[in-house]
Amino acid sequence: MPDLRLMKGNEAIAAAAIRCGCDAYFGYPITPQSEVMETLMDMRPWETTGMVVLQAESEIASINMVYGAASAGKRAMTSSSSPGVSLMAEGLSYLAGAELPCLVVNVSRGGPGLGTIQPSQADYFMATKGGGHGDFHLIVLAPASVQEMYDFVPLAFDLAFTYRNPAMILADGVIGQMMEKVELRPPRPRPTDEEMQKSVGSWAVTGKRNRRRNIITSVELDPAVHEKFNQKLQAKYAEIQEKEARYEELLCSDAQYLIVAYGISARIGQKAVELLRSEGVKAGLFRPITLYPFPAKSLAARARQLKGILCVELSAGQMVEDVRLSVESALPVAHFGRNGGIIHSPNEVAEAMKKLKTNCE
Amino acid sequence: MNIEEIVKPENLAYAKSKTLTDAPMHYCPGCSHGTVHKILAEAIEELGIQDKAVGIAPVGCAVMLYSYLDIDWVEAAHGRAPAVATGIKRTNPHLHVFAYQGDGDLAAIGTAEIIHACNRGENITVIFINNAIYGMTGGQMAPTTLLGMKTATTPQGRQANLNGYPFKVSELMAQLPGVSYVTRQAVHTPGAVRQAKRALKKAVEKAYAQKGTSFVEVVATCSSGWKLSPTEANRWMAENMLPFYPLGDLKDN
Amino acid sequence: MKEEIIIAGFGGQGVLSMGKILAYSGVMQGQEVTWMPSYGPEMRGGTANVTVILSRDRISSPIIHEFDTAIILNQQSLDKFEGAVKRGGLLLYDPNGITAPPARADVRVCRVAATEEAAKMGNAKIFNMIVLGAFLKVKPIVQLENVVKGLQKSLPERAHKLIPMNEQAILRGMEIVEG
Repeated sequence: MPDLRLMKGNEAIAAAAIRCGCDAYFGYPITPQSEVMETLMDMRPWETTGMVVLQAESEIASINMVYGAASAGKRAMTSSSSPGVSLMAEGLSYLAGAELPCLVVNVSRGGPGLGTIQPSQADYFMATKGGGHGDFHLIVLAPASVQEMYDFVPLAFDLAFTYRNPAMILADGVIGQMMEKVELRPPRPRPTDEEMQKSVGSWAVTGKRNRRRNIITSVELDPAVHEKFNQKLQAKYAEIQEKEARYEELLCSDAQYLIVAYGISARIGQKAVELLRSEGVKAGLFRPITLYPFPAKSLAARARQLKGILCVELSAGQMVEDVRLSVESALPVAHFGRNGGIIHSPNEVAEAMKKLKTNCE
Repeated sequence: MNIEEIVKPENLAYAKSKTLTDAPMHYCPGCSHGTVHKILAEAIEELGIQDKAVGIAPVGCAVMLYSYLDIDWVEAAHGRAPAVATGIKRTNPHLHVFAYQGDGDLAAIGTAEIIHACNRGENITVIFINNAIYGMTGGQMAPTTLLGMKTATTPQGRQANLNGYPFKVSELMAQLPGVSYVTRQAVHTPGAVRQAKRALKKAVEKAYAQKGTSFVEVVATCSSGWKLSPTEANRWMAENMLPFYPLGDLKDN
Repeated sequence: MKEEIIIAGFGGQGVLSMGKILAYSGVMQGQEVTWMPSYGPEMRGGTANVTVILSRDRISSPIIHEFDTAIILNQQSLDKFEGAVKRGGLLLYDPNGITAPPARADVRVCRVAATEEAAKMGNAKIFNMIVLGAFLKVKPIVQLENVVKGLQKSLPERAHKLIPMNEQAILRGMEIVEG
């Protein structure tokens, strides 16, 4: 019998963290994701798995605590929402520069500035194009259900440790706040000291016993050495692009018109596809699951049969740039999106698609 | 007598600590950093904690600190060392964790991190190098720059109405219940160096014994930034810095 | 099977928790569910509403603008959602405080005097369970035993003693629903 629960997306993040063997969570409250830390504090994992949970004085401190724990090879995470993630930009750059694995969850809200506490997807650029100084990328996963909020926590840690790179779960206020059925997966214990030695002993700061000292740093003052390091990072990103792009297709086999959307927009897009199909429009849904790496090759392959693409985002149009790059302007790509915390309805998405169809015919 | 005949264990009055690497230090002549590094290495060796010490290196002149001490190191972003130390210590209570920070790092950009790490009573040691100037970026004003002191950004001397007042960080830290040990030391005389090393060892031991945060300020020289010779800098520090930043323990619980 | 429901009333009427219990019952019955509250700065006193969807199949959008059922617990919510019920759908309301009753002829309109009944039963807190009972009488989309299982799973251990009282309220709601 699977262990089924009804959970908020934010609660699922917390439950998954404890059950997948996360070592530490550091965070600072911000709407609409405060339930992550509240749930962790309520569940008291330090008494069971030994996971550390600490409320920091700021998002800047949170991400640097993550940096510290990650330096020691621990599975460390934080969560926040858009304005808080802006504050983490420096830390994310240092984490990427020091090649440290960790998980950052962004339950995004509308900006710019203090913006709104209502949902938004306007952090796509920040998440996928760096979100800090220097040539780096985060591995970015975009859950579209509460089950995926749960499942992507262990997945993000696995990817982060495989590539020694920070990973982000980019969610939105809807996915964070809504409740759905979640199957709790079998628990994964925290790694033992021996397992830690084996997996991270070559680089983590665990005290230099019977080995050369380990140094976690991102500074390199010799340009030639630093260029080599940057090339190594880029080679890593190329490998991630090659191996880790994930996506989902719905009703695509005979589709002529495609909605490309992630997160909550994919759910609304799916409903719009249902509406369009009921009116005889051959519509399908392409949902990027990894936003970095963007599933460009698969989208390009699908695009060969299409007449038009509608990119649906809760933003003024961010992912649409990657969609256009993927299909290299071979067909019309339109953007439809609401912002400021307004969520598009399935009907208006369907209407936007019909308009695109008229323009394409 | 050749050199081999002289350098024999029984003739040895002084040896380089094994915790110091062979990397030549990059510091200017007369800089206090090298001396503090040396006594820190000796303290680690004398306490026998080389295999469970983790240091957090700062941004500033001591950014390459990890080159000089043969222990595990983490390089932190500017000001964030206390948060990084918190992340390591909370997840690895068996480690000795210390943050090494300058006055810009700790008392300006990292004020929130140091106050809250101390206020939580993190069981870490903080070494605070106060030379009242920004050395690395070329001698600009620090939060701890004395009134009237000339720097690159206070060419007429620091004025309270324009630049605010010099910041007595140790006095502030001593107010926090999470902090168990606050001391202000210097390394400008052999006696002061010996005293500072004793303080460092005590600080590390107290933090490891979970008494809370240990905070060791070292009033230091920056002969380049102050535009003085090493001996002049030592004299200037004793005459001008120490009356405002008096040495000794501020708190010892 | 798919049922798209909006529950709307004042904050403090147990709107969100009623939706949660309904959703949990669906989980216990092996259904797919979503529970999507309107959220905002109004924590108390303002209007509160939640969209609950129960379905055999994977649910697409948790945010919808037309409903199979609207459960309405105050006049503001009636004004807002009466028009959003699908033709042939259900509008269930508590007449307490309603000055302009629903007028639509193309939906089934049912009434449950839950406020009054809760007062009679001497416990204002079971108000939402009376409403839930009324709904399940008209549309038995989840079985009572699964509601009880849902309560067991969602309530902390110390509150389990309250389950029989809630069950009674549900049964009472089933009895008194009209229309």
